[in-house]
Amino acid sequence: MTDATATDSRSGTDRAMIYFAERARWRGPEVALWIGAFALAFLFPSRALLFNEVAILALFALSLDLVLGYAGIVSLGHGAFFGLGAYAAGLLAKAGAGAAPLSDPTLGLLFAALVCAAVGYVTSFLVLRGSDLTRLMVTLGVALIFQEIANRMAWLTGGADGLQGVAPANILGMFEFDLYGRNAYLYSLTVLMVLFVFARKIVHSPFGISLRAIKGNSLRAGAIGIPVNRRLNGAYTLGAAYAGVAGALLAQTTAFVSLDVLDFHRSADVMLIVVFGGVGTLYGAVVGAAAFKAMYDVLAAATPQYWEFWLGLVLVLLVLFVRGGVMGLLGAFYARLQRVGGRP
Amino acid sequence: MTAVLATEHLVRRFGGLTATNNVTFSLPAGARHALIGPNGAGKTTFVNLLSGVLAPTSGRVFLGGRDVTTWPAHMRARAGLSRTFQINQLFAEFTPLETIGLALSEAHGEGAQFWRRVGTSRAVVDEAVSTLERLGLGDVMEERVGSLPYGKQRLLEIAIAVAPKPKVLLLDEPAAGVPEGEREQILDIVAALPAEMALVLIEHDMDLVFRFARTISVLVGGALFVEGTASEVARDPRVRQVYLGESEIDHHIEPATGKTA
Amino acid sequence: MLTILFDGLAYGMLLFVLAVGLSVTLGLMNFINLAHGAFAMAGGYVAVVMMQRYGLSLFWSLPAAFVLTAAVGALLERTLYVRLYDKTHLEQVLFTIGLTFMAMATVDYFMGASPQIVDVPKALEGNFELGIVSLNKYRIFVIAVCALLTIALQLGLSKTRFGSRLRAAVDDSRVARGLGIDVTAIFALTFAFGSGLAGFGGALGSAIFSIDPQFPLKFMIYFLIVIAVGGTSTITGPFLASILLGVADVAGKYYTPEIGGHRIEIGGFVIYTIMVLVLIFRPQGLFGRAVGK
Ligand SMILES: Nc1ncnc2c1ncn2[C@@H]1O[C@H](COP(=O)(O)OP(=O)(O)OP(=O)(O)O)[C@@H](O)[C@H]1O
Ligand SMILES: [Mg+2]
Repeated sequence: MTDATATDSRSGTDRAMIYFAERARWRGPEVALWIGAFALAFLFPSRALLFNEVAILALFALSLDLVLGYAGIVSLGHGAFFGLGAYAAGLLAKAGAGAAPLSDPTLGLLFAALVCAAVGYVTSFLVLRGSDLTRLMVTLGVALIFQEIANRMAWLTGGADGLQGVAPANILGMFEFDLYGRNAYLYSLTVLMVLFVFARKIVHSPFGISLRAIKGNSLRAGAIGIPVNRRLNGAYTLGAAYAGVAGALLAQTTAFVSLDVLDFHRSADVMLIVVFGGVGTLYGAVVGAAAFKAMYDVLAAATPQYWEFWLGLVLVLLVLFVRGGVMGLLGAFYARLQRVGGRP
Repeated sequence: MTAVLATEHLVRRFGGLTATNNVTFSLPAGARHALIGPNGAGKTTFVNLLSGVLAPTSGRVFLGGRDVTTWPAHMRARAGLSRTFQINQLFAEFTPLETIGLALSEAHGEGAQFWRRVGTSRAVVDEAVSTLERLGLGDVMEERVGSLPYGKQRLLEIAIAVAPKPKVLLLDEPAAGVPEGEREQILDIVAALPAEMALVLIEHDMDLVFRFARTISVLVGGALFVEGTASEVARDPRVRQVYLGESEIDHHIEPATGKTA
Repeated sequence: MLTILFDGLAYGMLLFVLAVGLSVTLGLMNFINLAHGAFAMAGGYVAVVMMQRYGLSLFWSLPAAFVLTAAVGALLERTLYVRLYDKTHLEQVLFTIGLTFMAMATVDYFMGASPQIVDVPKALEGNFELGIVSLNKYRIFVIAVCALLTIALQLGLSKTRFGSRLRAAVDDSRVARGLGIDVTAIFALTFAFGSGLAGFGGALGSAIFSIDPQFPLKFMIYFLIVIAVGGTSTITGPFLASILLGVADVAGKYYTPEIGGHRIEIGGFVIYTIMVLVLIFRPQGLFGRAVGK
């Protein structure tokens, strides 16, 4: 009896080790997706500017997915960090007058990430107090304060005219930001991929699992010793830094920052992207961003003014009819395939 | 003997209702203590105050001699206090394996690590698996918790609490809602817990209570009504009158004889 | 100074009429309706159409705006909103933002993007000289109408049977249901009435502030502030919060200190900062009980 339990236990442990490794394993489609994304730069060089926008949007959405999908914080003002990152990188590049060291793009990203992490950390304490509704209001309020600041401090931000002359130096001192945006796209995509891999690592780490636990049941999470608020502070800070890098990429690759980076629309758009792609899936951010841009291209090309209407309609339909977003549908489809074609 | 868990004049009010009324209580290491009382007596509220889910209106809570009254739930958990909930509080989207793995990694203070994949430490995984197997969850450890049958979920609720090897374990009606046939299993699990772990069991089934408990507190209207050894409480005429009812208590005068009912 | 107070009062009263419906429905169903501003915008455009296209007076437009937006509110509540009460806050937020966007684009399509402002009725033009201060007649009218409405609301809530049921439902909808109160019906009625009031406020305000398709977004934050500061359990809380906000907003636009050689309008900062501070230190609102549940 005792012996049997012991051997069972040993094989159980082996199974469990495999189980954990399997959960975090890189899968074929993932690798294909990233290779494909890089291939796009060479297959359709003329659309590189568009791809660049998608990559930036995907990173921005990824940052919200960390906050919303993993930490469960509903934010109406996530655009604040995107805008802050854009201004941080823009101002640094401007200070360096387009030459290294200050205008170095990598340094710009780092600077934006640090500024946003610091501001995100401080505001996380405000955001984490209270219910969902209070969080909505605080995040929206903070975003509006940022917008006001950027608007009123025209001497620093350029106000409504935008921040001009923020062209960064060459990437790693070697690659120029070309006119067609191919290097810009490769640059943004690389940053996206690196940060994605890092996010993926975090999601499968004890820290990431504890975030999902908090989102699932914060009462139980506290009872097993998870410092709920501290973990959420961490997640919010991380999300802010990621959003800041996305904003910085936009500033660097377009060499321009306008008040538009802080617009409410950005916060709403990115929410749509994450929900459309699938909350708490990471890849939903990438898929959602691509779908969003594609949709924008088609619908806004037809009726540029009424894009907003279609956007609203998609939001409404999404809530009423689709649960789990694209990744949810794909996951269900994949599970069906396995059941039909796979083992008994 | 020093108390591992104690309270002093603990009070908790909800508006006009006093759910915990001036409770002074202490629990020695290795206790086998039952907390009983009619519905709405304030048993769950008391556990919530002990575990930090609720803050008291007044009074103090001590854990291992330290005043933990202002400590949040997670700090008390880290200091060795575990609990189960009357209504399951589980992570529906997790598997039992992930759940226990998480509880253990938090107990080992590794919960904030973001650079390491979960489940890389063989010792921790082994501990999780053996806990699950001990509690009869070995065969479902890779299934989604939300899809498990209720009895299995109830076992997992207990597994989460015992996995970190707490010094004090508070069990709020662990067998609540479990079908008659499976209640035995839960009691066996409780009986097999390490002797040095102090246990507090809330339970309405007097049969189970008297088989388990060496000491008993009776809570009525939020206040401690009677305290003592199991046989003292069983013989106490006030308890007979107010709570237990004459007929039922007779079965339990000899706790050792067990299942008379 | 007095003029600022007076303008602020008028503005604040108007804000109250605009926001009170949202506050009550939020307290009742814990439902986050970010599209509330769209109803106010609809009311404003009802006034614009009636007055500019058909030459009707504002006095006719006000009741019409109320009735029409209330009807739209009732329709939407029964067909769409009712499906969202048990969904998560995230879904409620997405859904109502979606509705807002659709409303904005629709108005843009039919009415154009440019701001519209309606004429004040002849009888209410000009100022009322009162010794040292001169008060704008239309604003006096706005204050009077809103004051009457507030009193009527307060009486309706405290004296009528519907009012007491509503209060019971806001206090604890579960218990109210247990007592046999039809919370769903109360909610539907309240929602329609609140939307109607927002429409009414939009029409009333369309002669003070211009109205354009961006209105629902611009005012969303104001509504949220009213609720954040005022709480959702009474209507006195949102009322006081509205007045405070109105005065602060108007004052903030006048008071522009110089910082580092630049004139800076601080209105926005002050208001948003106050809101964030209130939410941090008194999450239940300055004047009320908890926001949400
Ligand atoms: N959060 C709360 N708000 C208001 N009243 C509460 C709250 N929690 C508990 N109560 C009240 O406090 C009293 C004690 O409740 P408690 O759940 O502690 O009783 P109990 O002894 O655990 O009962 P049971 O045996 O039914 O589980 C009850 O009257 C209950 O209604
Ligand atoms: Mg209980």
